[in-house]
Amino acid sequence: MYRYSNWLMLLILGLIALAIWAIYPPGEKIHLGLDLKGGMHLALEADASKIPPGESVKDAVTTGLEIIRNRIDQFGVREPTITRQGDTRIIVDLPGIKNPQSAVELIGKTALLEFKLVDEKGDISQALSGEVPAGDEILHDREGKDYLVEKETLLSGRAVKDARVEIGQWGQPYVALNLSAEGADKFAEITGKHVGERLAIIMDNVIQMAPVIKTRITEGKAVIEGNFTIDEANELRIVLKSGALPVPFKIIQNTVIGPSLGRDSIRKGLLSGIIGMICVIVFMGIYYKKAGLIADSALLLNLLFLLGALAALKATLTLPGIAGIILTIGMSIDANVIIFERIREELRGERAPRSAVDAGYERALRTILDANITTLIVALVLFQFGTGPIKGFATTLSIGILISLFTAIVVTRVIFNLLLAGRPVSKLSI
Amino acid sequence: MRLFGETHIDFVKLRKVAIFISGAAIVAGLTSLILKGGPKLGLDFTGGIEIHLKFTESPSISRIRSGLAKIGLGGAVIQQYGEKKDNLVLIRTGVEQVSQDIASQIIAYREKHGKFTHLEELKNLPGIEAVGYENLADLLTTESSQTEKVNINQIERAPLISLIQGVIHQKTTARIEQALRGEFKEKKNAFEVQSINLIGPKVSEELRRKAILAIIFSLAGMLIYIGWRFDFKFAAGAVIALIHDVFISAGALSLGNFEFSLPVIAALLTIIGYSLNDTIVIYARIKENLKTYRKGKRISLKRILNLSINQSLSRTIITSLTTFIVVLILFLWGGTVIHGFTFALLVGIIVGTYSSGFVATPIVYSWERGTLGKEQVRREKVEPRTAKAEKIPIEKEKIEVGKAEVGQTDKEKAKVGEKEPAKTVETKIKKHKTKRGKRRKYKKKRR
Repeated sequence: MYRYSNWLMLLILGLIALAIWAIYPPGEKIHLGLDLKGGMHLALEADASKIPPGESVKDAVTTGLEIIRNRIDQFGVREPTITRQGDTRIIVDLPGIKNPQSAVELIGKTALLEFKLVDEKGDISQALSGEVPAGDEILHDREGKDYLVEKETLLSGRAVKDARVEIGQWGQPYVALNLSAEGADKFAEITGKHVGERLAIIMDNVIQMAPVIKTRITEGKAVIEGNFTIDEANELRIVLKSGALPVPFKIIQNTVIGPSLGRDSIRKGLLSGIIGMICVIVFMGIYYKKAGLIADSALLLNLLFLLGALAALKATLTLPGIAGIILTIGMSIDANVIIFERIREELRGERAPRSAVDAGYERALRTILDANITTLIVALVLFQFGTGPIKGFATTLSIGILISLFTAIVVTRVIFNLLLAGRPVSKLSI
Repeated sequence: MRLFGETHIDFVKLRKVAIFISGAAIVAGLTSLILKGGPKLGLDFTGGIEIHLKFTESPSISRIRSGLAKIGLGGAVIQQYGEKKDNLVLIRTGVEQVSQDIASQIIAYREKHGKFTHLEELKNLPGIEAVGYENLADLLTTESSQTEKVNINQIERAPLISLIQGVIHQKTTARIEQALRGEFKEKKNAFEVQSINLIGPKVSEELRRKAILAIIFSLAGMLIYIGWRFDFKFAAGAVIALIHDVFISAGALSLGNFEFSLPVIAALLTIIGYSLNDTIVIYARIKENLKTYRKGKRISLKRILNLSINQSLSRTIITSLTTFIVVLILFLWGGTVIHGFTFALLVGIIVGTYSSGFVATPIVYSWERGTLGKEQVRREKVEPRTAKAEKIPIEKEKIEVGKAEVGQTDKEKAKVGEKEPAKTVETKIKKHKTKRGKRRKYKKKRR
């Protein structure tokens, strides 16, 4: 440890610089959640007239809500609030995000995927002038070109099991679909029956592509090509994977919203949090003297690194996340208290200061590691399986534990070493 | 500075008192939970109403909150929305979840007594004041000839529930409006109510299921890790202590009439982490002491456990104290909105600290005693002689305390010196007094 002190000091200074660079300017780099900062407020209204007779609006909105929640999750927005309002409305609150417009589009998209046959016998120009053959309809593609297709939906988006974005050999992205077993059978039947005809792949009544069926496709795979950008392809993947909305939704309100905890509470909470921190710092300084100050600097570094990591990971900080930070701070102080109490014990056993520090650290290390690893396991499991606020808590907690292990053990040790190095020390200020 | 000298508290023996205290705390909490029909779930879980207000001037959120606090709704969500110049505010609050109960009661009454002959009979139903008899009587009737009102003897359960719900919502809205008119009375029309909406819960069934799964998996992961690093007994002790802590904290929240919201859930998770940390620190000390002292089984498990808790005691108290101070300040001055959150943390810190010494560790002891043969336990009981020898390493430290405090001022030294024997006598009373002389002799010989 003594040997590496100088290098470690350099590492620590480097990390400090890195953290400051990651955080600065804090207003932009630290993303605060809806509860602390507010964000975007969307009200969506289900179009009740489009509901098939016999189905209840309420059920459709419930399903729609879960699908929208899924989409937002996949889009990578952390901790949105999604609630029902009355029977037909859904309120979506999103924390500040980079490209709100595409989020709005994604949320509102019905994403009804249909496979229909192109009517090759029908005459499109005749149909356009008003004589649409029975059982047919006119749809256009993304460029606006009109097609005559059969009305009957042969296969819908419900048959899609999985969707991925892949890159073709010319570098153009496309979406690859995996169909469910049932869907694959149906797809094989359709493609087998209509070899040589064109199959239109339709998304929300817009033809994405209409390739000619060359052979019977049995393995249940299909691709959707088109001149997509990578973002468009990704959006398509998300909506296909989360499924179609059972009823179209209209965005009736799109505005900004203040923090849900209220600006008044946040000011109070922040102020009392700072006062609390100062109390702890002063207490540690009085109780453990210079060693306490070492622990204090480790604590401040812990906070700095934690914020730096949150900024670098683009995580959203919310109140549950702050709960995780409080726990981290507690555990970080605890680690130092354990070490210092151990050093004091060793000093009471008449050890020389330097060897007391060595022994104190060595003995405390196992304890601290066990305690932190156990908590880390809990945090990681919560991160893996939890959603929303639980995930937010687990994020700050797991990052916080890793950082506090570093600051409370390595950083304080390096400072001790620097203070004890190169001169005879008869007593410790601890 | 040193707050705590060496202590010799017999934690293992005190476990009987601890069982009583923990039991009382859990029973009190559970009683409150049962009487109140489960935890009082907040807006996040139950949904409620959302009131949109338009103010004529830029409103102060803290004034709105203090107005609402007067009718007990200080914890409501108050958010500004829209453009700043619009002065729009929305208030979200939970409403009493009694409509189902009352509907059931009305239906049960109908089944029991045939039908309602007078609406006044509604007054006999318990809990009716949550809705207000007059409010219901305005909408219901017993006569089939009246068409503009709903016949109480014919209405089915579902419409009845939504009818009662509607009454409760109107009542809540009226109360909120009145409270705010009172708060902003210096202006005649400080605000207008734009709309009132029913809102659903933030936490869907799906989220709830996932959260429960996450907690179960994390407990399992913890059991495995502690079981591997220490022993299964220890793992069981830690998990029981955690469950104990969560139960007591949840009970305390219910007793204090705090709502369960998402932040409160985060606080409960924090309590788990905190208590776990505290328990493991003591376990680690036990493990270390078992290695040092128990090689030849010279010292009983009980003594090791007590020794370990006592050795960690000053650390335990300092850590708990510092975290407690932070949370206490947050509780006192952090505002009403996070009251439930900070209250849960306050209780959790106390309970988490208590449970590592008084629950988690004694469980290890009881478990060990349960699995050992009776004979061995009896032997442990009648082994005062070995016990004496075991005391030595601890005693040695104690005598040297005076010398070791190099870095301390004389005043502090004196304080420590005073404290030491006093504490020992207090906790170990007679046994120690009789032994003391002998032990000193032994000590001299060794030197």
